[in-house]
Amino acid sequence: MWMGCIACAAIILGVLALVLWYLISIGRQSVNLAFFAQDPQPYGADGYPGGMRNALVGTAILVGLASAVGVPVGILGGVYLSEYRTRAWLTETVRFTADVLAGVPSIVVGILGYELLVVPLGHFNGWAGALALAFIMIPIVTRTTEEMLHLIPGSYREASIALGATKARTIVRVVLPAATGGLITGVMLALARVAGETAPLLFTALGSRLLTFDPRYPFPSLTKQIYDYATGPYAEQKQQAWAGILILIVLIFSFNLLVRLFTRPRQFRA
Amino acid sequence: MPELGNPRAQQYPPVMKELPMPDEPENVESERAHAAPSLPGHNGAAPQSRPAPAFSGYPSPLATAPPRREPSLTAQPEIHPELNSEPHVLVLSQFCLYYGKHKALHEISMPIAAQKVTALVGPSGCGKSTLLRSINRLNDLIEHVRTEGRIMFRDENVYGSNTDVIGLRKRLGMVFQKSNPFPMSVFENVIYARRIADERSKARLHQVCERSLRSAALWDEVKDRLHSSALGLSGGQQQRLCIARAIAAEPEVLLMDEPCSALDPIATAKVEDLIHELRGRYTVVIVTHNMQQAARVSDFTAFMYLGRLVEYGPTGSIFQNPRLKQTEDYITGRFG
Repeated sequence: MWMGCIACAAIILGVLALVLWYLISIGRQSVNLAFFAQDPQPYGADGYPGGMRNALVGTAILVGLASAVGVPVGILGGVYLSEYRTRAWLTETVRFTADVLAGVPSIVVGILGYELLVVPLGHFNGWAGALALAFIMIPIVTRTTEEMLHLIPGSYREASIALGATKARTIVRVVLPAATGGLITGVMLALARVAGETAPLLFTALGSRLLTFDPRYPFPSLTKQIYDYATGPYAEQKQQAWAGILILIVLIFSFNLLVRLFTRPRQFRA
Repeated sequence: MPELGNPRAQQYPPVMKELPMPDEPENVESERAHAAPSLPGHNGAAPQSRPAPAFSGYPSPLATAPPRREPSLTAQPEIHPELNSEPHVLVLSQFCLYYGKHKALHEISMPIAAQKVTALVGPSGCGKSTLLRSINRLNDLIEHVRTEGRIMFRDENVYGSNTDVIGLRKRLGMVFQKSNPFPMSVFENVIYARRIADERSKARLHQVCERSLRSAALWDEVKDRLHSSALGLSGGQQQRLCIARAIAAEPEVLLMDEPCSALDPIATAKVEDLIHELRGRYTVVIVTHNMQQAARVSDFTAFMYLGRLVEYGPTGSIFQNPRLKQTEDYITGRFG
C-alpha cells in the first residue's frame, strides 16, 4: 500500500520537476539583461527582438490598478459577511454570489469588462483590463477575508465591546489587526491568480508592443505578449515567449512562497 | 500606591430604595411560635469531602435557629432586610430574560449594594452568568434574546429605549471567565479603553497604565516588559491584566464572571486579594460556583436556582443561618 502511495507522490513531484526542467532548459537562453531592460523591437529593426520590459511593467500596473479596486471592496465585503450580517437574505446572497463568481470562466469576466468600459470609450484600454482583473479578485479576497475573520476568537470582540468600544472600533482596532496575516494571504493568493490571467485581457486591454503608462489606450501585459509571441511566426520571439513563461512561473512561485511565509505558525506579535 | 478612587462615585448621592418585601417576616414569626424547636434535618456533621471555609460557615444545629422552610418554585425570593439599609448602585426590578422561547431568568428583583462585593452563587445553569451579562447588556450580542423588566443603574434604566449603551458599558466593567487579553502588547491592552476615548497624551496614557497595573497587583511583574505581547504572560497574570484593563476604563461597577475558575490556587489567591483591595473603591459583583470563594470574598451573597433568586443576604447570614432549606442544602453540598 505504502509503495503505491510513494509512487504517486513521486509522480506528482516528477511532473512538476519535468515541467520546470523543460521550461528552464528552453527559456534559460533568452533570459538576460536585455529581456528585462528593453522593449520589443519589430522584425528587421536593429535591436530585434529586444526584451519584454513593457509587458512586465504593464502587468505590474494592471495588477496594481486591479488591487486598488479589488482589495478594499473584497476586504470590506468580507468584513460585512463576517461581522455585520444585518440581513440574512443579503448575507446568504452575497456569499453565494461570491462563490459563484470565483468559479466563473475568466473570459466571461473579460466580456463584462468589454461591455462596461471598451464599448463606451470606443477603443480598447487598460482601465477595462484592470476592471476585469478586479472582478476576478473581489470574490477571492472576500471569501478569504470572511474565513480568516471567522478564525478570530469571539472573546476578543466581547472584551472590546465590554470595554465600551463601538462595533466599528472593535473591528478596526482589534479584529482586523489580529487577522492581518490571514488577510494578506488572501490578497496575495488573489494577486497570484490575476497576474497569470490572459483571457480577460484579450479584448479589454488588448495588448501593445510599446512601453506605456497610460491606461486610456491598449495596454501591454505579460500573459498577452507571451500568447502573441508563441502564436507568431518569428523564431526569436517564440524563444522569448518561453522566457516569459519561465518568468511568470517564477513570479507565481514566489508569491505562493510568500504566502507560506505569512501563514506559518507564529510566535506572539506585539 | 496612588489612590485610584473613582471620582464619579462621589457625585451621586447614595440611593436608598425600599424593596417590595414579601410578607415573609410574619410567616417566620408564626412558624417560630408554632414549630417545636426541632433540629434541622442534618446532624450538623459537615460532609467530609469539602474543607470548611474560613469562618464556621456551615449551619449550626442550634436549637434556636428557625426551622428551614421547604422551597417552592413560585415563592418570592427571600431577601434579608440588611440589604435595605445599604446604598444601592444597581436595582433589578422584575427582570426576565428569554432565549427565544426559553425563559432563563424569572422576575429577578434585587438591589446591589454600593462599594461592596456581592456574590452570585448557584448550580450550573441557574442563570448567574446570564444575569451578570444582562447588567451591562452584553446579551444584546446574542440573537433571539428578549428581556422584560428594569435594571436601574443609579438613576437610569439600563434597558431604556434611549440609553447610551456604549457609555453604559464604560461604567460597568467586566472580567470574563477565560482571560482574553488582546493580541497586542501589555501596554496596549491596559490602555485600550483610553484609546477608545481618543486619549492622545502619552504621559497620561503611561500614567493610567501604571496606576491600573499597580491596582491589579501586576506592575512589578510586567513593568520591564510593557511592550511585549500580552499572550506571553501566564494564566494568572493574564487574568490580572484583564482586571487592570477593566479598571483602566474607570468603571463604577466591576462585573466578574467566575474570574478564578481557570486559575491555579496561588493565582486565585492573588485575584481574591485584589478583590479585597478593590472593595471600597468599586462595587464588585462576582459570579462564582466556588462556595468557599464566595464566603471568603463577598459581603453579600445571592443564591440562585433555575433562573430564580432564592435567597439573598449578608454572606455571614447566608452561610451560617440560611432561612431556606434549599439554600442550606446547596451550601452544604447536598445538591448542585
